Amino acid sequence: MPGTYIPINYLPVLIILIAATLIGLAPLLIGIILRPRRPYPAKLSPYESGIPPVGEPRERFSVKFYIIAMLFVVFDVEAVFLYPWAVAYDKIGLYSFIEMMIFIYILLVGYIYAWGKGAIEWE
Amino acid sequence: MILSDFNLLSIRVLVPEIILICSALIILLLNLVVKRKETLAFTGLVGTLVSAYSSFKLYALSLSGSEFMGMFAFDGYSIFFKFIFYINIVLTIFISIRYISIEMASFGEYYALLLFATSGMMIMASATDLMVIYLGLELMALSTYILTGILRKQVRSGEAAIKYFLLGAFSSAFLLYGISLTYGLTGTTNLKEIAVAMETLNLLGSPVFLLGLIFFIVAFGFKIALVPFHMWAPDAYEGAPTSITAFMSVGPKAAGFAVLGRVFFEAFGSMHVQWSSILIPLSVLTMLVGSVTAIAQTNIKRMLAYSSIAHAGYALLGIITGTSEGLSSMMNYMLIYAFMNIGAFAVVIMLRSEGFMGEELSDYEGLAKTRPVASSLMLIFMFSLTGIPPTAGFIAKFYIFMSAINAGYTYLVIIAVIFSAVSAFFYLRVVMYMYMKEPKAEVVLSTSTAMNIALTVTVVSTLVIGVFPSALIELARMSLSGF
Repeated sequence: MPGTYIPINYLPVLIILIAATLIGLAPLLIGIILRPRRPYPAKLSPYESGIPPVGEPRERFSVKFYIIAMLFVVFDVEAVFLYPWAVAYDKIGLYSFIEMMIFIYILLVGYIYAWGKGAIEWE
Repeated sequence: MILSDFNLLSIRVLVPEIILICSALIILLLNLVVKRKETLAFTGLVGTLVSAYSSFKLYALSLSGSEFMGMFAFDGYSIFFKFIFYINIVLTIFISIRYISIEMASFGEYYALLLFATSGMMIMASATDLMVIYLGLELMALSTYILTGILRKQVRSGEAAIKYFLLGAFSSAFLLYGISLTYGLTGTTNLKEIAVAMETLNLLGSPVFLLGLIFFIVAFGFKIALVPFHMWAPDAYEGAPTSITAFMSVGPKAAGFAVLGRVFFEAFGSMHVQWSSILIPLSVLTMLVGSVTAIAQTNIKRMLAYSSIAHAGYALLGIITGTSEGLSSMMNYMLIYAFMNIGAFAVVIMLRSEGFMGEELSDYEGLAKTRPVASSLMLIFMFSLTGIPPTAGFIAKFYIFMSAINAGYTYLVIIAVIFSAVSAFFYLRVVMYMYMKEPKAEVVLSTSTAMNIALTVTVVSTLVIGVFPSALIELARMSLSGF
């Protein structure tokens, strides 16, 4: 390898990735090893509260769900940004406070816009 | 992290972008209360002009170097492109006002999205860090996807938007992959530091680094519609509202070239041999497919889409040279292309009236008999796109070919001139239809004061730059000082 740069700071991320994969796979593997394997048709059919499944699982959803989902994503991401900002607040001070206020005000405009357009009303 | 580098004074380099984004937000809010959408167009225009004035004022401060820890530059190179974007959006607003009311798409969001897209392009032109480039690229791209599909009632507009979106998202993934590979090898996303790391870590021969470079070429190739990454362009250009076709055949293309120039000259400058040997076949293919496929088109928007692909091939010669002369002639090319291409689209838009699409070549038959002024304007734009003196298109091609010859790429120039001659066929066919055929029916032109202003500006610029090019050439050369 010609490059000698090794991103050592990212080692914890790699370890978490590996640990998460292992923790996710482990129950499945343990299940396969331990459980008795006796398949029959009723057991293999998709679970639908004991009722036989009717029709295709893929349906067209009303566009209203998508709008709500999009709004949710926007304000959810806002919360994701707010947490690290709040944790690191005493180190980064006034400058970041102004930046975060700008961010929130831009989202506020989006909120007013969505409200005014009737995106929040269900009917 | 050094946070002391973040001082409030840094914000001044962002003022033009902040003004644009604020005007876009104001338009979004006004849209809820204002009934006459022309008011919003006017607000957008005022916002753009204030932003342009602030750019001009900032330029007078002659700032150099990058602010925000080397992520955002305000140099001559970026300001030149920013003025291309200002010209682009102002002309687009002028040609839009009447047109989108005919198309029944008078949404306030239209103008807000134009401003958002333009601020994205401006961020791209100024970015000196790969992450900031990505940020600007997405802001520009997402806004243009929506603008492409803004004619909600038309199936082909939605189809165009979906195609554009899917391929655009795909190219963004390429860009991110390229960024991650480069970051993995150099440990930085800053363009200058990448160049330094390349020397100190001796990455010149690294195949992974070359792979990252190839990913950049693919990603930017999508944005500037290089063959073979051009598949989205004809459909997106045909389906989009014509004013948006004009907007996105100039703005995103110029922004893509701005980033291409900065990334390849600043970060990968010492790999000129590698990237130019990839770009040369791409540029030849682009000129070939663009010019030859345009001959077969009967829809004028589709024809201009292929012509725009071919023009990307010519402008790429400026990058391939790897010299500052090539770069400045590429910048000239983009500015001149903005005037002549938006002018041509403005004439196409004039033909659109209630109940008449005016997009087929046959609609231009005998236009000179019934509408002599509009035809003569189209004649000038077509001559300019072909590259016939005394129009600006000739100057654009002349300087780009000369810079390529000076850099030793004579064979490429010969190929480009051949395809230039091929392209004369389909440009002059429009002229032939207008002047040498009998009119079939009376064509109603949708004119307005704003449209007349846009046409006057484009035609005067096309002719003036064609006759007195030296001021523009000097301006582009000056913008590159300190680059």
